[in-house]
Amino acid sequence: MSDPGSLLEAARTGDRRALGRLLTIIENQDPTLRPILPRLFAAGRGAHLIGITGPPGSGKSTLVSALTRALRDRGRRVGIIAVDPSSPYTRGAIMGDRIRMMEHSADRDVFMRSMASRGELGGLAATTWQAVAALDAAAYDPILIETVGAGQSEVEIAGLAETTVVVEAPEMGDEVQAIKAGLLEVADIVAVNKGDRPAAQQSARYLRAMLSTAGGRVGRTPAPVILTTATTGEGIDRLIEAIERHTREARSPEQSRARAVNQLRRALAELAQRRAVAHGAWLTSVEAVAERRLDPITAAERLLGS
Amino acid sequence: MPADERQDPEQPGQPDERPTPIRVLIAKPGLDGHDRGAKVLARGLRDEGFEVIYTGLRQTPEMIADAAEQEDVDVVGLSILSGAHMALLPRVVELLRAKGMDDVLVAAGGIIPDADLAALREAGIAEIFGPGTSIGQIARYFRERARRPG
Ligand code: B12
Ligand SMILES: Nc1nc2c(ncn2[C@@H]2O[C@H](COP(=O)(O)OP(=O)(O)OP(=O)(O)O)[C@@H](O)[C@H]2O)c(=O)[nH]1
Ligand SMILES: [Mg+2]
Repeated sequence: MSDPGSLLEAARTGDRRALGRLLTIIENQDPTLRPILPRLFAAGRGAHLIGITGPPGSGKSTLVSALTRALRDRGRRVGIIAVDPSSPYTRGAIMGDRIRMMEHSADRDVFMRSMASRGELGGLAATTWQAVAALDAAAYDPILIETVGAGQSEVEIAGLAETTVVVEAPEMGDEVQAIKAGLLEVADIVAVNKGDRPAAQQSARYLRAMLSTAGGRVGRTPAPVILTTATTGEGIDRLIEAIERHTREARSPEQSRARAVNQLRRALAELAQRRAVAHGAWLTSVEAVAERRLDPITAAERLLGS
Repeated sequence: MPADERQDPEQPGQPDERPTPIRVLIAKPGLDGHDRGAKVLARGLRDEGFEVIYTGLRQTPEMIADAAEQEDVDVVGLSILSGAHMALLPRVVELLRAKGMDDVLVAAGGIIPDADLAALREAGIAEIFGPGTSIGQIARYFRERARRPG
């Protein structure tokens, strides 16, 4: 049994080894996956997708582990995907998020998978959304997705997750420096973690003031700011309440459509690229653009046959 | 994205001929606090192009086998300098086999007396690397022996 179809069926009935192997096939973009993709997505049960993003070292993994503990106490089966950067030179990666999550390793109602970004720049891997679909099909709900340690522009997660939690940690001294505007804009909830540090209260106040006046979220309630200490579990219950409160807004028709637009755009961009590259005129087009005989827009239009 | 063929990210338009990276789990079983070697190895293998999942200290054999299953790794690497290898290493192999992961390469390193090597090999540890082994040597061995050859 190694074809993705049987692996998917086995994963749906609780076979963890099968789920692990299916995730590898997804991650490797194996051609045998394509025929079962419609089934993979149809098998989804509508798990709540929660993105956990924020600067490197802010405590994302520790927070995921604390959230998982609290969700298990509530009887939920938790899926986790943690993405770490691949080296652009060697393509290697060190994935250390599991260090903070090992207490859940032998819990059969938690499934955690590490993914290397493999060249993607938005904070996720290209195949993360399919991996999420596989965990959904295997009846994990919610699914927590930890991004690469993010700066301003690693905001892909907002297009995938229904609820995006941005984890900030108070910086000693200058708290303003830690705040990345691009990242805060995609936050549905802000967790100010390392609440045990002296600067935490002040950072939380500052962020609240900033978010109450922040633009770009017309028609949406300002993101709540919640103080957490992931290492002790302090504030985790409040964070879960905020996530649950956000679910209804996240599943409004407008938000669901916005996510659908995003996924379609992504799928279209990749499909268009694949078509163009497979086109007989691909190489001559590349040359024409390189020699400035043709502009890239016209070249692209021709390759797509318009 | 559905992919009919993988593409080389540096040469878009060219199929990616390079193999997918080998996934390796590096774990420290038992109550052993010596993590320098495991960290050196994790970084070294990353630089050799492996995808390394490092689980940190104080892992039970059950935690290690369950992590290997979820991560679907090609290699499980156990680093142990505490002297408890005879109790812990065969147990990891046993648990992996019980999960049907017979094809996973299990290797170990650290402080392991020569007298124990034969028994560990017998128990299913493919190879044992002692102090002074170069990362290049280990990487070469993994590439040759992992189930998904790199
Ligand atoms: C540094 C060190 C420490 C440091 C550890 C720092 C750290 N965070 O790692 C400190 C001071 C904390 C320490 C403490 C102790 N230590 Co100490 N320590 C050492 C020492 C001197 C070097 C180990 C080291 O870091 N080597 C460098 C790394 C890079 O090498 P390595 O780990 O061997 O890894 C290489 C290979 O083995 C291999 N490898 C390792 N793992 C793996 C895994 C795989 C999959 C593969 C393929 C390869 C591989 O690749 C690496 C690169 O070549 C050794 C002696 C020695 N010469 O080994 C004693 C030694 C390991 N310690 C020993 C002891 C007894 C202790 C203590 C119990 C002492 C005490 N009574 O308090 C404590 C216990 C600590 C604990 N909680 O477990 C003994 C162990 C005896 C035994 N097993 O029978 C040793 C052998 C010293 C001795 N000769 O008695 N120690
Ligand atoms: N004092 C304090 N330390 C914390 C807290 N949460 C996490 N840490 C510590 O912060 C460090 C980084 O935590 P991680 O959970 O690995 O952070 P991360 O954001 O996942 O890191 P990357 O994945 O590398 O970006 C660890 O040493 C944690 O123990 C907290 O609430 N208080
Ligand atoms: Mg992390």
